[in-house]
Formats: sequence, C-alpha cells, structure tokens
Amino acid sequence: MPLSDDLRDLYQQVILDHSRNPRNHGEIPPPCLHAHGDNPSCGDEIDVWLRLSEDGQNIDDLKFTGQGCAISQASASMMTQKIKGKSQAKAAAMREDFRRLVMGDGTPTDEDSLGELVLLEGVQKFPQRVKCAMLAWRALEQALESGKV
Amino acid sequence: MDWHRIRSDFPILDQQVNCHPLVYLDSAASSQKPRAVINALSHYYQHDNSNVHRALHELSSRATDAFEAARKKVARFIGAATDDEIIFTRGCTEGINLVANTWGVQNIRPGDVILITGMEHHSNLVPWQLLAQRTGATLKHIPVLDDGTLDTAAVELLLTEQVKLFAYVHISNSLGTINPARELCAKAKAVGAVTLLDGAQSTGHMPVNMVNIGCDFFVFSGHKMCAPTGIGVLYGRYALLESMPPWHGGGEMIASVTLEGSTFKEPPHRFEAGTPDIAGVIGLGAAIDYLEAIGLENIQSHDTNLSNYAMQCMSEVPGIRILGPQSGHRGSLVAFHLDFAHPHDLVEYANTYGIAMRGGNHCTQPLMKRFKVPGTTRASFYFYNTIEEINRLVEVLFAARKFFT
Repeated sequence: MPLSDDLRDLYQQVILDHSRNPRNHGEIPPPCLHAHGDNPSCGDEIDVWLRLSEDGQNIDDLKFTGQGCAISQASASMMTQKIKGKSQAKAAAMREDFRRLVMGDGTPTDEDSLGELVLLEGVQKFPQRVKCAMLAWRALEQALESGKV
Repeated sequence: MDWHRIRSDFPILDQQVNCHPLVYLDSAASSQKPRAVINALSHYYQHDNSNVHRALHELSSRATDAFEAARKKVARFIGAATDDEIIFTRGCTEGINLVANTWGVQNIRPGDVILITGMEHHSNLVPWQLLAQRTGATLKHIPVLDDGTLDTAAVELLLTEQVKLFAYVHISNSLGTINPARELCAKAKAVGAVTLLDGAQSTGHMPVNMVNIGCDFFVFSGHKMCAPTGIGVLYGRYALLESMPPWHGGGEMIASVTLEGSTFKEPPHRFEAGTPDIAGVIGLGAAIDYLEAIGLENIQSHDTNLSNYAMQCMSEVPGIRILGPQSGHRGSLVAFHLDFAHPHDLVEYANTYGIAMRGGNHCTQPLMKRFKVPGTTRASFYFYNTIEEINRLVEVLFAARKFFT
C-alpha cells in the first residue's frame, strides 16, 4: 500500500531504529540527577538520569528509561547521544533549537549541532505528537533544574 | 435489513480522509449522526427555538412540548416506570456526579462500602473516590479476571451488607465485556445495596429495560447513540429521586423563592436547574425514533456480527493481543495491543489510510495497569460499519507490521 510522504517523514528508518534499539538506555546509580516525565493523556513515560562534571558545568553522563510511542522513545535516545558531554548552556540552547524544529516555530540558531535530531522535523506536520518528541527534553530540563541550589 | 442504505443516512461517512475513504471505527468514543437527527436540530432552530417551561407564547409552548415529548420517548425507550424518572444531564459523567453529590452525600456514612469494579471508566470511579473521601466511606472494587470478565467469586465475598452502593459498567469501553446487569442488581438488592449502572456503551446498542434490569440508577450519553453531544440521561427510581436533595440551584428547579429560602420542584425538574440543552433533548428524541425504526435487536445482532468477524480476522495478525472476552457475547469493540507498534504510532499510521481509531488508556488507567499494557488501540463498531471496512482495517494492520518491524 502506498504510504503518505508525511508519514514516511515522521517514521524514518533512523527514528524507528532508535525506538527499537534505544541508545544510552538504563539508569545511572546515585549520586546523579533524575527526573520523571510523563504525558498523562497518552501514558508515555520517560525517566532521565544524568551526572554532572565536578564543576557542575558539563553533562558527563546521560541515560534514560521509559515506555511510549516510537517518537517519544526515539527522541529520548537521540537526545542522550547528542547531549552527553555537552555543557549545560549548550544543552539549553539545543533544547530550544529542537523545540523550534519540531514545532515549526522559527529557525533553529544552530541546526547543524542537532545532527540527526533534525530527522524529527517531520513531527511539525503532526501537532499532537510534539509533546511526544519533547517529553525527554522536558525531563532533562527538570533534572538539571533539580541540581540547582 | 438493508445496512448499506442505512449507512447512507449518515452524510459524514461519505468523505475522503487523507485521500482514502473514511473508515470510522471510533463510535465507542462518539457515534456519528444520521440526517434525521441533524434535521431535527436544524428544524428546531429554524422554527421553534425558544426557552422552555416559562413563557406563554407559541414558540415556547412548541419548544416545551417537543422537550417533554422527548422525555416520554426516553422513558419508553429504556423501560422506565414513569416519565418523571428521566433527568436530562450533559452525559454519563454528570449523571454519576449528580447521584454522588445528592443521594451519596445524603446516605453514605463513615464505614460504609461503595463497591465498583476494576473495569470502570474514570467517570464511574473518580466521583466515588471523591465521595468516599468526603464521607469516610471505603471504596472497594471487584477484580477483573484475565479473560476480561468479573471475578464472580469475589462478587460473593465483596457484596456484603456494608455495601450501600454498587456502581458498575454495563459494557466495558476498554474490554467489550458485557456484565450480567440483571443478575448483579439482584445480588445487590439482596444485601440492600443501591445500584447504579453505567450504560454508556450499551444504550443504543442493545435493548435496555430498567424494570427488567432492576437497577436503581442508570446513566447514558446521547452522543454515543446517534444524538448530539452534550445531552445525556440519568434515570432514577422515583422513590429515590423524591428523597434526594437538589444538586445545582437556580431557575427551573424551584417551586417558590424568597430572599430567606426556597422550596423545590418535584423530580425530575428538581435536578434540572437553568435552561437545559433543549436542542440536544429534541435531537436525542429524534435519535431514539431513528434507532427504534431500525430496531434495537437488529442493531445488536449486526453489531455482534461485525465484532465477531473483526475478532476472527484480527486474531490472524502476528503479534496481536486482543483484550477482553475472546469469543461469544461481547460489545461491538475490539481493543488490542501489538508487539510491534505503540497504540499512538498505529493510530497515526492508520489515520493516513483514512481509518479513525482510538489509542491510549481509554479513561481506564487502572485496567491498563491490570493487563500490563501501556495502552491499547480500540476499533469500535456501530451499525453503519461494514465488513469491507473491517477487511480494510486488517489489511492496514498487516501493512503496519511490515512498516514498523
């Protein structure tokens, strides 16, 4: 059966691969920062664990667990790959760029640094799925917030 | 029956969605409306629109007559003893909250038990949680077995004389289980418990008769049975309604008002404060006329054929797990989980082929936990659906398997 282009864009092979074989999947033992994110209306859940560098500037390690649709799980998996090793400031900038990308809300300031995350741009055409794509990113933000005194 | 001709009564079904013919399999969430109902609304607004019960002018008496005639139709439709047992609400949720906040607050005491089942829609769970918190009562539930039916042994244990209210669903919106309403009401009556039956998925799909079932309260929503959204019914045995205090105060529900206090009308008007959804009530009456012309037995048997056929074809999809009773007597819906795609991904995928289904927890989160699934996809049928549409669904499920694995 012929597939619509929008759907093919939404579920590209790379995205399906991340959802089936999530990277950085698992928990980080304490001490670490942790946040739980969920979309109560659809039941998607993501837990994000991260460890900061000694000076608190860098995200040295980042993992996630969760269950949900392919978009939420792939976004989480791809996020951990891209954010791990980055500074908190860079992570915040990338989060905003990613949000712009999936919401079609302005141009990302540094699209190149998003790497294969740009494959999730197809979510733009499915406004109800934006919250799926953003779930892990919201949890990441909460985890970082929880580390601030 | 000429089901294809009946299907053509529903103008909305004749359209393309995403370049494919619409296949509407979400009637358990909300049914489509036949031309007869749409025309009744349009006729009311074009010719008779006015407020009911108050003015003496011609339009008001026409509106009032049509409104009260619909109440009579509802009473006959569900086999109530009198018209005065029919209270118009916005839907099941409002009806249940009305009972919780009037009869419940008046009669439930600390230590009493409110009994429900493990397959309730949140609308027949949360109001009882709130009532239990408010009154100091205990909320208990009858567990659901692996096959999606109620644990009948637990019914015997849990239905004790402490139970003051037993509220349960007639047909589960998440499993398709048809609960033995009459038998359960008889058991409840034997221990002196009042019963509330949630008829959201049964009304309009099968004949329902209050005297026959023997429940004390019954709720249903119009929009799931070809009527407009925003209109529903609470049935209550008159002796109970008569003893209940008002819930919402305002116009329409009072007998006399002074600045110091008020007296209230007899049921059902005591529970219908403010201007009601007049057009909705008239639309509900038109929907009842329409369904009765086809015949509820005919609708039930067609629904059953569709869902049995769907069960049979869908069970051939590799990796599918169908929840609820696997055969025989079940409601017209099939809820399932696929090991290769999350419900939301599947619903999105099917939508691009014009198929409308629902994915998620279906407002039954405890039940999803019970069956250890993150959610399910639900294909639900009504008499306007066809075997060809089910074939189309199955074809798309096989294609989805190829796509997602």
